[in-house]
Amino acid sequence: MFRYIVRRLLQMVLTFFGATFVVFALTFANQDDPLQALAGERPITESQRIALTERYHLNESFLTQYWYYMKGLLTGDLGTSLTGQKISAMLANAWPVTLKLALLAIVIAATIAVTAGVYSAIRRGGLFDNVTLVATLVVLAMPIVVLAPLAQLIFGIKLGWFPPTATRDASLYDLLLPALVLGSLVIATELRVTRTSVVENLRADYVRTARAKGLTRRRVIWVHVLRNSLIPVVTLIGVDLGGLMSGAIVTEKIFNIPGVGFNIARAITTEDGPLVVGFVSVLVVIFLIVNLLVDLLYAALDPRIRYE
Amino acid sequence: MSDPNAVTAVEAPAPQAGPRPGRKSDKPRSLAGDAWIDLRRNKIFWVSVVLVVVILLMAIWPSLFTSADPRACTLANQHKGASGSAYFGYDFQGCDVFAKTVYGARNSIIVGIMSTLLAGVIGMIFGLCAGYFGGWADAVLSRGIDIMLGIPFLLGAIVLSNRLVTENSDGVLAVTLTLGLLTWTSAARVMRSAVISSKNQDYVAAGRMLGAGPGRLMLRHILPNSIASFIVVLTILLGTNIASEATLSFLGVGLKNDAISWGISISEASPYARVATEPLVWPSIFLAATVLAFIMLGDAIRDAFDPKLR
Repeated sequence: MFRYIVRRLLQMVLTFFGATFVVFALTFANQDDPLQALAGERPITESQRIALTERYHLNESFLTQYWYYMKGLLTGDLGTSLTGQKISAMLANAWPVTLKLALLAIVIAATIAVTAGVYSAIRRGGLFDNVTLVATLVVLAMPIVVLAPLAQLIFGIKLGWFPPTATRDASLYDLLLPALVLGSLVIATELRVTRTSVVENLRADYVRTARAKGLTRRRVIWVHVLRNSLIPVVTLIGVDLGGLMSGAIVTEKIFNIPGVGFNIARAITTEDGPLVVGFVSVLVVIFLIVNLLVDLLYAALDPRIRYE
Repeated sequence: MSDPNAVTAVEAPAPQAGPRPGRKSDKPRSLAGDAWIDLRRNKIFWVSVVLVVVILLMAIWPSLFTSADPRACTLANQHKGASGSAYFGYDFQGCDVFAKTVYGARNSIIVGIMSTLLAGVIGMIFGLCAGYFGGWADAVLSRGIDIMLGIPFLLGAIVLSNRLVTENSDGVLAVTLTLGLLTWTSAARVMRSAVISSKNQDYVAAGRMLGAGPGRLMLRHILPNSIASFIVVLTILLGTNIASEATLSFLGVGLKNDAISWGISISEASPYARVATEPLVWPSIFLAATVLAFIMLGDAIRDAFDPKLR
């Protein structure tokens, strides 16, 4: 186990530098004239240009700039955006609402997916199973750019059940509709994995033993089978997080939630390179750490799995 | 899922009329042959095939469906409802929503197919090399895949697409490259594991014994036997790439200028959803149906090739 953790950590260091380098390289090469973008329509004088170039290290070589960037990222200093605000402060402002939204989405998705997954596995081939199979296909195929505006239109505007937009201090109820939309991104895969692994586990020997001991069917399924079936579902959380981050950009843009995704979407349109790189790098780091934790959790949850 | 008896009852006599049964008895059926017999009975397969054919027809020959010009817009028609001449009404700019939706299929299909092919080629090269050579090459290539997977897809796509798009282009090339360069990882992984499981088979050893080099072994012996799951992944990827194109166009880093795209239509219509719902709803339905068709197709093919998964 110790060797596995060390190897996994080393892998993560490599992935971390690789991923941040790719993101940095792409954004760096993207800027045609960030100073003009900063100044907007106003002209920039030569001395301003020199001072700004100096301040943002724009005349340094590519690798030196990457070095400055990594140094900042590792010391928690994400630099300033082209609008002059501290990126770390903007992030501190934006993350609470995004975290709330993402957690709500995960909880909703997991609850529905596990319950429905178990029911369709018990009655495999039945009406409920067939309906959920088709429903998951449809949900899988619904791009978030379709789902989010339509949900806002139907439930927010036409029916008026939920507020169509949310603020920074949104209550859980305000975030319910966006969270449902976001959760739908991961619900289908979670449901299918739960169903498949419950179906597999129902045939296992320990189920027969438990039944032979005289345990009720309910206890066998919801305690014995479910516990063993949730292991593959847990690993999905890591992968799902990437999808949630992507989904949050569209969802927050449509529902006007001033979170991390909303800031990224806005920074792209204003060509604010440092802001995009800062936010994206932090998200990449979070994504990598969560995936590492999930991998370790996986090994801890299932002692049958041995890593060499 | 579907009721096989109902369909077999209709289809069963047909093969017996042709030369097929005779051939079947002398020759064992191949995996693909088995899968095809399975697929023919699957209703979902036929539904998705019909949808895909209609969408492809729309992409190739849009004037078959509408005689209106999607770019001929009259502001006087702004947000007018559906009528006999414009089935889906008019949008904010007074453009015919039906015509725009029909013409939007072309860009979606072009970007979807080209980016999936690119992802397939990259994924195939990575997967074949990593799986076949193993050891050191596998370690390096797999770390490369890990790095790509370390970047959440849309974040990478936003940055890359923004980088690739040029001032006056419609962005088709940029989005195609972006999607191709970022989505090959799943194809590469599937290919790698398929190659690893088939490279130790006897027929590969026999080929090597007869003096075949790595290139010939990979392309003529291992590839054909590893291709099934790879194609399934690509079919599903085609669906998700079409959705990603719309997402990027929606955010303003995909197709641009006067390109017609469902993503742009949705993005333009959503602020006016209170006033006119049709310009928002119809492109959404077409987009969802297209993505659904390809995902269902991939799902059905996978079920046919791998009955264990059912």
